[in-house]
Amino acid sequence: MGAGMTATVPPELVHRLTALKGRMQTVSRDEIAEVVSSLLATMEGDLSDDNLKLYAELEALAKYITTAKSEIAALRPDEITAQHLPKATDELDAIVGATEEATNAILGAMEGLENLAGELPPEFGEKVSDAVTQVYEACNFQDITGQRITKVVRALKHIEEKVDALVAAFGDEITKYKKAHPDAEEKPVEDQKPTDADLLNGPQLPDDASKQAEIDALLASFD
Amino acid sequence: MAVDLNMQVLIVDDYKTMLRIIRNLLKQLGFNNVDEATDGSMALQKLRDKDYGMVISDWNMEPMTGIQLLREVRADARLKNLPFIMITAESKTENVIAAKEAGVNNYIVKPFNAATLKTKLTSVLGSF
Repeated sequence: MGAGMTATVPPELVHRLTALKGRMQTVSRDEIAEVVSSLLATMEGDLSDDNLKLYAELEALAKYITTAKSEIAALRPDEITAQHLPKATDELDAIVGATEEATNAILGAMEGLENLAGELPPEFGEKVSDAVTQVYEACNFQDITGQRITKVVRALKHIEEKVDALVAAFGDEITKYKKAHPDAEEKPVEDQKPTDADLLNGPQLPDDASKQAEIDALLASFD
Repeated sequence: MAVDLNMQVLIVDDYKTMLRIIRNLLKQLGFNNVDEATDGSMALQKLRDKDYGMVISDWNMEPMTGIQLLREVRADARLKNLPFIMITAESKTENVIAAKEAGVNNYIVKPFNAATLKTKLTSVLGSF
């Protein structure tokens, strides 16, 4: 072992290397020392048992984070904010609009009935008037459901903000995932032949819904 | 003392259907001079422009809520004694306490019925 090596290798290690040399005559002590020294040179700082455990834990944690990032990217949170949440909000807005329209129609009919009640004999007029009052009371539901739906819309917007933050944090991972899995992209329904499940869409939003005349024209086009 | 059924009543709610329901129920009770506003700031403007005998207001409205309207009314020298009834879906105890502390005369929880409305009106205005 050269003088430089002795200066950098602890005395205990020199002693053990000497003992090892005694058992392995074909390998020179300098050769072993050189290998060990090279190995030590790749490590920075003091390598205690605690540090080695810490490095191992950190390495495992890094692997875990990498795996989690890939798995989250595979869930495609960008699609949630781009498609699903806006669609859900539109559906809820449509509920509010439809119930308001229906409630106004009911109230209009009741107001007409109430006016007629004044022209009926008192015993009948009073009964009609009482029934109309009950309908007015029942129409409270529109305000209540509207306020409940508004709360749900607010909750969805909150979720959207959180998912947006997630998408921003995992942007590169999502891009990488999309490149690696082009087939996983959700295709617009019109690009695919609809399955039976795809046909269970429920009511359409007012702007998307076909009018009866359009349905009739479509049916007629098959003739 | 008999209630003046010709008084101007201001009803405040951001739901047009609710305004229509309250107006119709008030009409059944004999109140024919009913005016409407769709939020607190519009209501406050109307209250400052005309003479009203009572306000019936929702709580949850934008930009000015019912509780803010109530505080503005109670802080206004001309309006501070105006009867003010809250009709709202906000039914938590803390809401009722806040409204009471702000000077509300009575509090009706939605959904409500005509009988409850009449009872509360009688409590605030007297028999009619």
